[in-house]
Amino acid sequence: MLKTTVLNAAHRSLGARMVDFGGWDMPVHYGSQIEEHHAVRRDCGMFDVSHMCAVDAVGPDVKPFLLRLIANNVEKLKTPGKALYSAMLNEAGGVVDDLIVYYLSDSHYRLVINAGTTDKDLDWMAARLGDWRLDVTLTPLRLGPKAVGMIAVQGPKAKARVWEVLPEVKNATEHLGPFFGVQVGQLFIATTGYTGEDGFEITIPAAKAEALWNALLAAGVKPCGLGARDTLRLEAGMNLYGQDMDETVSPLDAGLAWTVDLKSERDFVGKAALVAHGQKWQFLGLKLLDKGVLRAHQKVTTARGEGEITSGSFSPTLEVSIALARLPLGVAIGDTVQVDIRGKRLNALVTQPVFVRHGKGLI
Amino acid sequence: MNIPADLKYTSSHEWVHIEADGTLTVGITDHAQDLLGDLVFVELPEVGKDLAAGQETCVVESVKAAADVYAPVAGTVTAVNEAVVDAPESVNQDAYAAWLFKLAPANAADLAGLLDAAGYKAAVDAA
Repeated sequence: MLKTTVLNAAHRSLGARMVDFGGWDMPVHYGSQIEEHHAVRRDCGMFDVSHMCAVDAVGPDVKPFLLRLIANNVEKLKTPGKALYSAMLNEAGGVVDDLIVYYLSDSHYRLVINAGTTDKDLDWMAARLGDWRLDVTLTPLRLGPKAVGMIAVQGPKAKARVWEVLPEVKNATEHLGPFFGVQVGQLFIATTGYTGEDGFEITIPAAKAEALWNALLAAGVKPCGLGARDTLRLEAGMNLYGQDMDETVSPLDAGLAWTVDLKSERDFVGKAALVAHGQKWQFLGLKLLDKGVLRAHQKVTTARGEGEITSGSFSPTLEVSIALARLPLGVAIGDTVQVDIRGKRLNALVTQPVFVRHGKGLI
Repeated sequence: MNIPADLKYTSSHEWVHIEADGTLTVGITDHAQDLLGDLVFVELPEVGKDLAAGQETCVVESVKAAADVYAPVAGTVTAVNEAVVDAPESVNQDAYAAWLFKLAPANAADLAGLLDAAGYKAAVDAA
């Protein structure tokens, strides 16, 4: 039995094609994935992201808990509302999940974790709390009166459309910097996203989510499915858990070194393994020079040895196929490599792993 | 579901139009394009290639997935539709107009094994 978000009926009434995504019945598109993709790059689109799990972490020990739990350093969070992207590692240095953590107060942080890993993550965190004997209460905002829905509104017009529908939040969100969240009445509004565009992620009491979705729809915000979400994040060079990294992959080999704090004295789960093993792979972009489509798990042949594509698709913005790939150390941006596609070796150019930002191609 | 009555079908979602001269025009069904979503790449077979029934003949790729197109019966490729290579989205717009290749069947009798519209609909409904 698939799990459903509070917006499931809304998706079905819009004629969405639904798929099983990590055990959740989610819309992959509402007609054309490419049109949805362009809507976000050029205007404004919205995604139901209620399958992800927001978890409130509250208690006197919450900061020491997070300092030890995740690879990025919550000491960086000085202003209430500021968010941080981080990996949560196992002892071997593999990625248990990637998450966003918001600093709300010294005794209250909020984590947003992936849908397919929610149960595993909650078990992992509860076990660490037990091991370390820390006083923190973890509350997933999933059931009962605390249940929330989450809607990501993304694109160059996203903020204007949200303010049209929710004029009462404009003052509080107009000057919000990047990667910040703010509580406005019953809404938690954050300048986060997974598309490389401006926008808000809005957390709202579950009972009110459908009304907000419908109001945004009436304001001309295009509903977008997980298909467009995937091509948008790929163009933006953002990792997808389970595809670009998992429990067997070091964040240093998945392009996430910028999120790992190895400078401070702080110890965290997985640190010793990362220090011992170092970086073994580079995480770079590929642009296909021949005709075809790059896909996950295709082999890449380089002058320095073999690598592998972790995410690949067609880029609707650039109108070529692009990919994220784990490549041997020593391969450089600008190199031409060969990708094995159904027995043919096609040429691809090694690029930086960010292809598009704010509607503009970067490669 | 759009399944024209004047065409033949395979359970692997190819449609087949039997031309007056006995050659077969082959494409993918409307149901197949709907399942795949927006097509972005089509790789056609080579003209002159001999195919066994059910053999992988060419590939269509959407944003999300690649799908093989199979030979509906044994035969030789006599023509390919280069226009779909430049406009893969034409398959989404009208799957029955955007043909992929033409095939001269090795044995006319093999055509009896293809599905009619009702048979194809039953195959889709059962899937």
